[in-house]
Amino acid sequence: MVFNMLKIRSIKSAGWKRMGVYFVLSAVLIMNANLFAADDIPDYFVPPPPFSEDIFPCSDCHADMEVNETRRELDAHEDIVLKHAEGQRWCLDCHNPNDRDRLRLVSGQLISFEESYSLCGQCHGTIFRDWKAGVHGTRTGFWNGTKQYRLCVHCHNPHSPRFQPLEPLPPPIRPDDLKFTQSQGTEIPKNPLNSISKPESNHAKEKH
Amino acid sequence: MPKKNTKNPCSKTVRRRTFLKGAAVGLASFALPPAQADATFWESFFQKHFREMNEDELKSVMTRLEEEYREEYDVQFNIKATKPIDGVQYGYGLDLSRCIGCRRCVYACVGENNQSRDPQIHWISVLQFEKGHKWVNIFEEATKYYNPNEVPEEEYFYMPVQCQQCENPPCVKVCPTKATWKERDGITVVDYNWCIGCRYCMAACPYGARRFNWGKPRVSKEEYNADVHYLGNRPRYKGVVEKCTFCIQRTREEPGRYPACVEICPVGARKFGNLLDPHSEIRYCIENKRVFRLKEDLNTSPKFYYFFAT
Ligand code: SF4
Repeated sequence: MVFNMLKIRSIKSAGWKRMGVYFVLSAVLIMNANLFAADDIPDYFVPPPPFSEDIFPCSDCHADMEVNETRRELDAHEDIVLKHAEGQRWCLDCHNPNDRDRLRLVSGQLISFEESYSLCGQCHGTIFRDWKAGVHGTRTGFWNGTKQYRLCVHCHNPHSPRFQPLEPLPPPIRPDDLKFTQSQGTEIPKNPLNSISKPESNHAKEKH
Repeated sequence: MPKKNTKNPCSKTVRRRTFLKGAAVGLASFALPPAQADATFWESFFQKHFREMNEDELKSVMTRLEEEYREEYDVQFNIKATKPIDGVQYGYGLDLSRCIGCRRCVYACVGENNQSRDPQIHWISVLQFEKGHKWVNIFEEATKYYNPNEVPEEEYFYMPVQCQQCENPPCVKVCPTKATWKERDGITVVDYNWCIGCRYCMAACPYGARRFNWGKPRVSKEEYNADVHYLGNRPRYKGVVEKCTFCIQRTREEPGRYPACVEICPVGARKFGNLLDPHSEIRYCIENKRVFRLKEDLNTSPKFYYFFAT
């Protein structure tokens, strides 16, 4: 990265035309995005990707199928609704046509599903940066020890990443509605959080 | 310089303990038959201030409390009094552009910190403001009683408020018994055995973060969190004040878990870390996001930062 910065500076000082500089700059940046993506990730625990049941490895079905690269309505994976810049994208922009068990970056580089953050980070650079710093995403683990990181797809459905609305837990009791239920034998109300499934992942029930 | 009038009884300092001892001996002689005055009664009556106790005294107090709690709640609590970690000042961040007002944090806190279920006590209030509202400082213009079927609602934004762990806490200044104070790591704590329930601190807190036990706190036995800190989530008494401690029972450990509200938030709006560590998450937020603190003009200097992430 530093090396590239130096390069950019020296190009600039050489007095190249602006356009040329930008071209080189963007090329360098794209290269960088891929190169530093993986080794810049802190060595934190990332739980395995949340696959729907029995869906992985994809090659189980796809190995014997012919690759059809035309954009079309699929007659499989009906549960998947693409709502993620669907005008500009379809399956094979992220899924690798020749080796279905891996994902594909725009550069053509193949990555495993465990490393899907590199794929998301191609477009969502600022969020990727915050995530690496431990600032984007739900934090669990130890603040002064091992932190637990999640993949983007643990919380966002990659095919439809926007969070679904949630039912809020009950509002506090208004002082006016306070009743003195403190007599012996009245039941103590339970914590309503214990009756909902913990939001380990916002779309846990949906498949993707 | 005029000689100090030592005759004036007001200028004489009588230590609380000395006074109580005298008064108690006097009273006990006729008010309480000696047979009824068992040892633990006197022990709790003469319990020293938390910060004046040495290790042994603290230990025996905690053992006594564990016993009292076991008798009362039928739960074996593990009370600890973990000290602040050197070089740590806790700081908190809350991303207002993420919060959806789902109140998961409110009830995670209730569970972790043994807040009374009846009468109800919540340390966190999630305020709902209309979008475009200019002054989040004016809590009166928000509501915490919103209850739609689903959140977030289009026209509103949400701002959870809890103890802001001020650097300059007004609640501490007004406490007449020094039952609340700021610890070395920046957490303001309450000793429930020292609080007399005058509620001055509640009046002084500009954030409405303190709660009063109007009745005897009630939690069902199976919902008690038995891992408790003396200055945090141990069972409270009727008539004492309590508030958020940044989960002191979790965060003071090495390694220390994140506070319960941080862990539960489904949208990851809550951030936590050491303000003195330049690589901590909270420092990253302060340095890279547009942060603000509530009611900054009051010079309370909270260690709770609100921000808007991209
Ligand atoms: S859990 Fe998170 S999103 Fe829900 S109200 Fe609390 S801070 Fe907001």
